[in-house]
Amino acid sequence: MSEMTYRDALNLALKEEMRRDPSIVVWGEDVALYEGSFKVTRGLLAEFGEERVLDTPISENTIVGVAVGAAMGGLRPIAELMTVNFALLAMDQIIDHMTKIRYMFGGQVNLPMVIRAPGGGGSQLAAQHSQSLETFFMHAPGMHVAYPATPADAKGLLKSAIRDNNPVMFLEHELLYNSKGDVPDDPEFLVPFGKCDVKREGTDITVVAYARMTVLALQAAEELAKEGIACEVVDLRTLSPLDADTFVASVKKTGRAVVVEECWKTCGLGAEIATRIYDGCFDSLRAPVRRVSGLDVPMPYSRQLEKLCIPRVEDIVAAVKETVAAKY
Amino acid sequence: MKEMSLRAILPDHELVRMYEQMVLCREFEESCAEQYTKGHITGFLHLYSGQEAVAVGSTHALRKDDYILSAYREHAQAIVRGAEPRRVMAELFGKATGICKGKGGSMHLFDPDLAFMGGYAIVGGQFPIAVGLAFASKFRKEGRVAACFFGDGAVNQGTFHESLNWARLWELPVLFVCENNAYGIGTSVERASALADIHKRTCGYDIPSVRVDGMDVMAIHDAVKWGAEWVRQQNRPYLIEALTYRFRGHSMADPGKYRSAAEVELWKARDPLPAFAIRLIEEGIVTQAELGAIKQEAIAIVQEAVTFAEESPWPEDGAVWEDIYV
Ligand SMILES: Cc1ncc(C[n+]2csc(CCOP(=O)(O)OP(=O)(O)O)c2C)c(N)n1
Ligand SMILES: [Mg+2]
Repeated sequence: MSEMTYRDALNLALKEEMRRDPSIVVWGEDVALYEGSFKVTRGLLAEFGEERVLDTPISENTIVGVAVGAAMGGLRPIAELMTVNFALLAMDQIIDHMTKIRYMFGGQVNLPMVIRAPGGGGSQLAAQHSQSLETFFMHAPGMHVAYPATPADAKGLLKSAIRDNNPVMFLEHELLYNSKGDVPDDPEFLVPFGKCDVKREGTDITVVAYARMTVLALQAAEELAKEGIACEVVDLRTLSPLDADTFVASVKKTGRAVVVEECWKTCGLGAEIATRIYDGCFDSLRAPVRRVSGLDVPMPYSRQLEKLCIPRVEDIVAAVKETVAAKY
Repeated sequence: MKEMSLRAILPDHELVRMYEQMVLCREFEESCAEQYTKGHITGFLHLYSGQEAVAVGSTHALRKDDYILSAYREHAQAIVRGAEPRRVMAELFGKATGICKGKGGSMHLFDPDLAFMGGYAIVGGQFPIAVGLAFASKFRKEGRVAACFFGDGAVNQGTFHESLNWARLWELPVLFVCENNAYGIGTSVERASALADIHKRTCGYDIPSVRVDGMDVMAIHDAVKWGAEWVRQQNRPYLIEALTYRFRGHSMADPGKYRSAAEVELWKARDPLPAFAIRLIEEGIVTQAELGAIKQEAIAIVQEAVTFAEESPWPEDGAVWEDIYV
């Protein structure tokens, strides 16, 4: 084990995989010479050269589309979108092409490619740079979607993403880049897709979360423990495939659930999780599933307003208490 | 200027093969129209009649492993590249024996073994993918060119400009071939493009280009032959604009009211099939009798394709869940 940041864990995953497989290429806006807007690609150009690490024009749709073509042509491209917000300019290549090509061509071709995209809110970047679009990607069949919460998961999931023969949308939370944690040193350490991680065991209530929301849920669980409420925190890790078995099993045990999502509430992924819980263990529920969600507003700039829009630890604590106290 | 003799360019058998394929594509498309009217082919159906010279001339000028990508009017591109007409027809019928197991249909033909990398129905969607294939070819030192076919309407998509810029910037072997058939559905080039000379639009990206007669199969052949080899040698993109015309509506749903009968007749008088046939006869490469036999052979192939498609099984219900993920 080595302690490192989420950023360095991602960086190490990229380097280890690129050393292992010469068909991996990396491109995106400012990923090479500038070493990435969030420095996740630091050192890549120096080690792997300009044939494998390439700066691109500011052409998001084409950044993804060229990766689709390169994957078709036998490479394993990793395309970085500077932030997930700009994925909206690439939705045509992501949704119309990347997720469709295998199916509409009758399974004759695989697209082993990864799109990395930092995202999430909380840095007072205002409406166009603070979005949580994870539900958009989860909605479309044909790709996998990962969104790690810890440095270890960041490394293990990114390595799995790179080795996956399906296209992967790999989301990274901008506020987690500096977070630290222990990461296994084994270069074969992989985190499987489609497996939730129970990050904390508990008996009173299940809190389902992902990415930064998992970090907040764990903090909430710590506080709630002091008041005698034992939360089980289930981290989704991959939004697609969605491992409903694990969180349903947890809710069967605890009888209660709170889902935490950073995205907008309306049609947010929390609605899907709640439905899966109802479908999977309605009889075990002792209270309705409660959702702690991003507010349905464009993100305001002012720090005073922004904090209202993103789930906070106290929101999770309150939701858990209400759910536990509810009598039905 | 006297035209160069065909024989000086290609051997007889290849010239005859090209003509056979043009006839086959025409018969195939006309048969599709009939099958659509009968309800055997459903959904969108965009026919290529009138544009055959482009697919045939280009394919014969490309290396067999050069990638070909096209839009949704791509039956002929796939067949000329080597896709079996019966499996293409079965695809159009939505049958399990189709080239994409009935999952793609008319607009999404694909065969990686033929380096036929797909028909795409989002206008302009194929540009970045062609650039990516060219990148892979260069990276792997394969020397393959990515030939990207598209319509006159597609040049106003952002992907066209992004991809031209990208291909030139990264020095990638992409051959852009614009099939300018004068309309994007019902909107003429003049009503859609500020600069109607599409080939000139590459100058902002320092990419050379040429405009050729898209009704002349040998003109296309020569332009693509030269262009593809230049692209291969230089590792740089090149664009060919082929002036052509579709004899039918945009799709089967289009009665074509936006263009005059006189205009259509003018272009039909330039039909690439008889034009090529006359040259083949003039040079003594085929006889009139052989031309008749070629047509009969094409009709027979298409009839067999229809029978095969009709008799083929539907996909199993379980197939609906297959091929999404590896
Ligand atoms: C992104 C997108 N916008 C609109 C359409 C609808 N559409 C289908 S074909 C077409 C016209 C394209 O014309 P052109 O590129 O000249 O090709 P042609 O049909 O003439 O071969 C349009 C607008 C589409 N398929 N995709
Ligand atoms: Mg057109």
